[in-house]
Amino acid sequence: MTAPTKLDKHQRTREPLAFPMMLYAVLFVGLSLLYIAGLSVMTRGADFTAGAPYGLHNYERIISPLYLKSLLQSLRLAFYTALFCMLLGYPFAYFMAKASPKARTWIMMLLIVPFWTNALIRIYGWKILFSSSGPINQALLGVGLIQQPLRLLYTDFAVQVGMIYAMIPFMVLPVYSSVERMDWSTVEASRDLGATPLKAFLTVTLPMTLPGVLAGLVLTFIPSIGLFFLSDLLGGSNTMLWGNMVHNELLKSRDLPFAAALSVVLLGLTGLVILIYRRMGGRAESMVF
Amino acid sequence: MKKNAPWANVYMAVILLLLYLPILVVVLFSFNSNPGRTANFQFEGFSLQWYQDLFNPITGYGAPLRSSLIIALWSVLLSAVLGTLGAIGLVRRPVRKSLMGRGAAALMTMGEQVSVLPIMIPEIILGIALLALFTLLGLPFGMVTLVLSHVVFCVPYIYITVKGRLASLDPGLEEAARDLGATPLKVLTTITLPLAMPAVISGCLLAFAMSMDDFVISFFVNGPHSNTLPLKIYSSVKVGVPPHVNALCTVMLAAVFLVVGFSQLYQANAARRHRAHEKRDERERKAVEGRA
Repeated sequence: MTAPTKLDKHQRTREPLAFPMMLYAVLFVGLSLLYIAGLSVMTRGADFTAGAPYGLHNYERIISPLYLKSLLQSLRLAFYTALFCMLLGYPFAYFMAKASPKARTWIMMLLIVPFWTNALIRIYGWKILFSSSGPINQALLGVGLIQQPLRLLYTDFAVQVGMIYAMIPFMVLPVYSSVERMDWSTVEASRDLGATPLKAFLTVTLPMTLPGVLAGLVLTFIPSIGLFFLSDLLGGSNTMLWGNMVHNELLKSRDLPFAAALSVVLLGLTGLVILIYRRMGGRAESMVF
Repeated sequence: MKKNAPWANVYMAVILLLLYLPILVVVLFSFNSNPGRTANFQFEGFSLQWYQDLFNPITGYGAPLRSSLIIALWSVLLSAVLGTLGAIGLVRRPVRKSLMGRGAAALMTMGEQVSVLPIMIPEIILGIALLALFTLLGLPFGMVTLVLSHVVFCVPYIYITVKGRLASLDPGLEEAARDLGATPLKVLTTITLPLAMPAVISGCLLAFAMSMDDFVISFFVNGPHSNTLPLKIYSSVKVGVPPHVNALCTVMLAAVFLVVGFSQLYQANAARRHRAHEKRDERERKAVEGRA
């Protein structure tokens, strides 16, 4: 076994090349997150500062009906976003992987192009669609299904639709790459051994594409809690998601320690989701495609 | 592997249609002469006036576009260096047995995890954390803080893409170069980097798109005189439904379609050239064999 040790030695001389990246991340990610945790146990001072007295008072303030309601609302929205993205996105990714190579390039292009235009603009399109004199209401009025325009814009429904819309590529892409990498002969083998198409799908295809689904669930769930601009643009005055709370505390109330405490709660939730993801065998690499 | 059933293609078409519905509406309304200031979206007549608004030197989108491009270019450049070197340093980590070696390995693992953390946590947390850190450090908010922040979330995309490519390479290539007497630096510049280049480029493209599109983090770390394209769009659509945003979207969409279209065309051409070369090589080989 001389070859591996030689390889090891060579690789060890290269390890320091990673130091600049790590140093950068430790400073701007590690330290800044620790600083936020520190701020969360401080009290706001004048002019965007923080200091003594120290304590858990910010967290005590969070345990109130207002914030718990917002937390539940955010989690429900994120849950439905992940669920619907999976239900709609999985079949799409599956069929896409089975399409001819030429069709696949086209579908991939059509899927990615909107993703390259700005998210705000795509959401703005829904604002037009949902408005009381917008295309949806006009079409419904035109065919006589409704007598008066429906109130669609500035509702929780609009936020939910917008969120699913914004997140669905993050489900389709990881699922697609796991379906594409799948060994189809195993599916054929299970069919030859007498499994029905449904059984073959449930016992062979689905478990083999599970890493993609898991990555997709995490990638659609976590950002949904924090995307404050979506509920800003499509939601009503009573849609107060966790992201909106953090945003308001920081830029309207200018209460840095309290905003930090709200972020720490969100960070804890994120950590929990990632921990579950890791336990189920998920890797960070599955999140970039 | 069976082909897709017809209804499967119908399903894909419906999803794609839904994906494009809001975009098609925006494109259509960019030519609407109705100013629609009060959420009144009736289509009244054809007009190009909203496109003219985009080029207004004071309220137009020229300056924000310029700063977005500058920020994206600097961020991608810095992230490409950090991320690529990181991937070269951390791919195929050696097994260590000594206690100190294992301690060092654990530190490296932690460093790696902190480096990829930005793509896993909600952007708003990173935005606030960076805002707090920059305030603490006393950095003036502006282009510098924007670039520093964009590098934070651009690095993981490049790092993961490049590391994936390096891990799939045959380690024998580098070993052969070393056995033939190349110095470590020479191996790096003549073997490793050229082989990693396709992944570096695709990682950079992804990071560039992320930087150009970022709103949440930029929102927290921008300064009074710096305005990126997404920030400008947000301030426009937040207060109302200005029709020039439709025109802007149409222009951006056209630009993306052009870029993607050209790259597809280029790839198709490259593949065709490759096939043609193979055919020619085959013919030449046969000719040589025939003569022999």
